[in-house]
Amino acid sequence: MYVAVKGGEAAIANAHRLLADRRRGDRVIPAIGIDQIESQLSLAVDRVMAEASLYDPSLAALAIKQSRGDMIEAIFLLRAYRTTLPRFGYSEPVDTAAMRIERRVSATYKDLPGGQLLGPTFDYTHRLLDPALQTDEAVETPLTRTPSPENTSRVTDILNGEGLIEPDSSMDADHQPGDITRTPLDFPMTRDTRLQALARGDEGFLLALAYSTQRGYARTHPFAGEIRIGMVEVEMDLPELGFSVPLGEVRLTECQSVNQFKGSATQPPQFTRGYGLVFGQSERKAMAMSLVDRALRAEEFGEDIVAPAQDEEFVIAHSDNVQATGFVEHLKLPHYVDFQAELDLVRRMRAEQGLAHANTQSEQKEAAE
Amino acid sequence: MSGLATYNFAYLDEQTKRMIRRAILKAIAIPGYQVPFASREMPMPYGWGTGGVQVTAAILGPTDVLKVIDQGADDTTNAVSIRAFFQKVANVEVTTRTKDATIIQTRHRIPEEKLTEGQVLVYQVPIPEPLRFLEPRETETRKMHALSEYGLMHVKLYEDIARNGHIATTYAYPVKVEGRYVMDPSPTPKFDNPKMHMSEALQLFGAGREKRIYALPPFTDVVSLDFDDHPFTVQSFEKPCALCGAEGVYLDEVVLDDRGGRMFVCSDTDYCEDRRAQGFLGDQGVPLKEAAE
Repeated sequence: MYVAVKGGEAAIANAHRLLADRRRGDRVIPAIGIDQIESQLSLAVDRVMAEASLYDPSLAALAIKQSRGDMIEAIFLLRAYRTTLPRFGYSEPVDTAAMRIERRVSATYKDLPGGQLLGPTFDYTHRLLDPALQTDEAVETPLTRTPSPENTSRVTDILNGEGLIEPDSSMDADHQPGDITRTPLDFPMTRDTRLQALARGDEGFLLALAYSTQRGYARTHPFAGEIRIGMVEVEMDLPELGFSVPLGEVRLTECQSVNQFKGSATQPPQFTRGYGLVFGQSERKAMAMSLVDRALRAEEFGEDIVAPAQDEEFVIAHSDNVQATGFVEHLKLPHYVDFQAELDLVRRMRAEQGLAHANTQSEQKEAAE
Repeated sequence: MSGLATYNFAYLDEQTKRMIRRAILKAIAIPGYQVPFASREMPMPYGWGTGGVQVTAAILGPTDVLKVIDQGADDTTNAVSIRAFFQKVANVEVTTRTKDATIIQTRHRIPEEKLTEGQVLVYQVPIPEPLRFLEPRETETRKMHALSEYGLMHVKLYEDIARNGHIATTYAYPVKVEGRYVMDPSPTPKFDNPKMHMSEALQLFGAGREKRIYALPPFTDVVSLDFDDHPFTVQSFEKPCALCGAEGVYLDEVVLDDRGGRMFVCSDTDYCEDRRAQGFLGDQGVPLKEAAE
């Protein structure tokens, strides 16, 4: 006997209770602290802040704990919080030349003013599991050099001095920077909004697209001109004061790729650039972003658009993992009304075909007789 | 983090509501036209009704009575979840009775009972663009709408007939609004399309992920696309509802066992219960009071 499926409310409450239990895990083991996540899983925290577009390490750590380590779920939690925050203004552009540098590498020059600085990197570690980490062994204090008070000039500025690379792009004087969280996307996009979308885009998706450009799908011949990671000051202009005041510091990863030339009858050949800028320490994402940014500039440079990474609508419309996961996972919601409509049609078409088949057979039989 | 506990009435801040209301007003002024709006991240996933929830949040007042259905039923999990959300953030009265509701948020169905003046039906829409599966690019489809260039859609429907003998679209069946815009009715079965035509209720469509709102003001002409020799028809069921005996309503197929046992019951649970309360009974139905015991 059919029993109406009631009790959705109780089922939901019980499911969430079970989820809380699984999140906590074995009660004998101490609960993980937000401060532990923030300081010991800091790259996870950085990724959540970057893709949620909200710089708040402790809230990001809370989101990671709440999501049981599911990164996209954590990003979603932080985004849904961010959207409720009032917008009281926009900061001044940050000056990455004035960055307090923790890491800076250039693949285009052996040495350059400011030097190469490896910083806290996995590069050149041998990927051997370290049994020592099973226990809380003492860790040596790091050796650091005294930071130079001088600004570290960017590699692109060095190249630009010779006119070998296109200068920093500029917007019209009256151009208001876009805000993709406050205005609906409109294709084709301007580069500022496109870079915003890429900065919050899914790391895995951008990584795969960037990789595809290296394997021949829209090859752009990139060099890692420079990657720098460090702290920059965020300033905001207060109209009442008439000058800008510092709000605090954020850690950023910036990547400038140097790509193959472009010239014209009037302009001598120059290197072109791709740009990546991401919250926190996130080199993979910043590099991927710079490659994809360059690929997406195809139209600007009059290049043939032949590959997915060059296709702005394709890339930007599908780079947001919160949107993507929601829509892919919504398939688990009930669809039985639609499915019923399809069942009805398939049955009808099969019945008609069966009938037609039976008719032909009887016709053939008659003809044979 | 102390501010986390307090939210504005119906969750969205007033500036956001104003932005959404403007989009709604524009949508009402141009029936069937998709108005872009700055959709917000909501505390439920994209694809789970964020567009409908934002529209409802923007029009909801403290005296409204809200009904939420999914697949025609008030008790499917996502409908329960959205209803609970609005009870929590707006503390409004909720109901399962179609005639008592001032706002009905729906996914995939239009209630069987005729909606009346003053009611608002809010649809959750996954893909607002009826031409999307024919042309994936927004830049192109926008142009096609601007020029009323709908030939591609007719070719698609024609090819269905040529291949299958039928128009093989059974839900999200495209309609033309006031002779101008081709519109996606959201993935409701085509059975419900005629209910949109000249409806007394205001119909609002919200697509959160795709950031579009569109509308059908009351008494709008809504025509399902078809051909003279292949007129639009709706699904019909061979048997009435097994619980309430209703005919001419949309039925869900319920699998009873693994030996091919099936029964067909009303998809609109409120309609079914109402009929049983009035004493109508299908061949497998039990009077409502007994069932509750």
